[in-house]
Amino acid sequence: MIRVTELSKSFEEIKAVRSISFEVKQGEVLGFLGPNGAGKSTTMKMLTCFLAPTEGDATIFGKSILDEPIEVRKKIGYMPENAPLYDDLTVDEFLHYAAQLREIDKNKEMDAVENVLKICAIKEVQFQGIETLSKGYKRRVSMAQALIHDPEVLVLDEPTDGLDPNQKHDVRSLIKSLAKDKCIILSTHILEEVEAVCTRAIIISSGKKLFDGEPHELKEKSSLGRVDDVFRAITTGAKVEGVTL
Amino acid sequence: MISHSVKTIFKKELKSYFATPLGYVFCVIFLFSIGYVTFESGKGSFFVLRQADLSSFFRYIPWLFLFLVPAVSMRLWAEERKSGTIELLLTLPVTVREAVLGKFLASWAFIGFNLLCTFPIVLTVLYLGDPDIFVILVGYLGAFLLGGAYLAIGCFFSALTKNQVISFICTVVFCYLLTMAGSPPILEFLSTFFHRYFLNLFESLSIINHFETMGRGVVRLGDLWFFAVIILAWLYGCEAILDEKKAS
Repeated sequence: MIRVTELSKSFEEIKAVRSISFEVKQGEVLGFLGPNGAGKSTTMKMLTCFLAPTEGDATIFGKSILDEPIEVRKKIGYMPENAPLYDDLTVDEFLHYAAQLREIDKNKEMDAVENVLKICAIKEVQFQGIETLSKGYKRRVSMAQALIHDPEVLVLDEPTDGLDPNQKHDVRSLIKSLAKDKCIILSTHILEEVEAVCTRAIIISSGKKLFDGEPHELKEKSSLGRVDDVFRAITTGAKVEGVTL
Repeated sequence: MISHSVKTIFKKELKSYFATPLGYVFCVIFLFSIGYVTFESGKGSFFVLRQADLSSFFRYIPWLFLFLVPAVSMRLWAEERKSGTIELLLTLPVTVREAVLGKFLASWAFIGFNLLCTFPIVLTVLYLGDPDIFVILVGYLGAFLLGGAYLAIGCFFSALTKNQVISFICTVVFCYLLTMAGSPPILEFLSTFFHRYFLNLFESLSIINHFETMGRGVVRLGDLWFFAVIILAWLYGCEAILDEKKAS
């Protein structure tokens, strides 16, 4: 379980994240919503111990991101924004590299790689150079890397961004199938995605948490049933027809 | 002492030199240049001196390394930062120190491999005369340490920027300054501003003085310390920079 308490991050003058608190329990899929530059990625980078918070703390299954960053990282599978990968490796080499850095047992390494190749449906490109892959495949390779050690927590930064509708569907069903025994946090600015896969949604804008609830509550705020109206009303503070906050 | 992560990163990085053209291009250019300058026909060259030793070989090593080593080091971190893979690497259970060490050792091993590939020059000298093998070995050790020092400086500048060209130029300039620190023109120039004590300190920083004593086959503890301190200090700087700037 993830517990975030008053997490803040400033970059010199700019306050990217302002005192955000929330919890994610096992089996939950938390959708992190917000306009571009809202602080979604920054929060995720703090949870994965890539960035140190300016203030506040978070614990992942009892381990603090401040005191035990290496232990925290062991529990998390992380897919960074835009799925950066080592272009000069093949998919197979890359996944073995990730498995070794995750300190997976030598004799279980093969199975772990085979397993994620199957789950993420990238078996057919196993020996292909990463450089030659299409965007969709790259996303899935990045996903495979995040899943290789069967983590308790998955942090996915815009996992479906730039994919075609079929690929989006595949990734969403994959996330749903994984949800049962993991904590999953995913960021997105696609609202339909929240309704499709998330059990809870948090909306942040300019680093502040503005909404925390279930996706259907979000929909009910609009008399027309339009989630994007509600999103606009919450994040911009403007009056939008049919929305009561 | 060396952790599992360091070994894994070391292996992957070393392999990448031979998976891309970089490794081969470097190897060919280095070996061609060092072979040429060792046996070229100017004064002070091997055939004019008529001595079966490697002094002409070791004399040119710092100048070749000055341009070639930064070409190896420039991509180490700049590329990771540019492509964003640094986020991937440093969210795996790996500390910054392990990552810095793994990458540095891999590129150092690559430089070492290139030095080993110059063995035909040693064989030539052995064939032509009866050189002191110990002097040659110490010279090679010196060259290896020199490469390590340049690399550590390169690591630092590579961590400082996302741009490989800037990283290359800064490394060349800085290595040049450190190499030439003991040379008369630079010391004379500095003596117009600084006290004598500072000049001595500056002169003792000169990489080439420490390298040249080793090229003559003299192993002084002070020289070994010098290279160890240079390498560790710059790597530590690299680690600090990455801790601070990795996300920007």
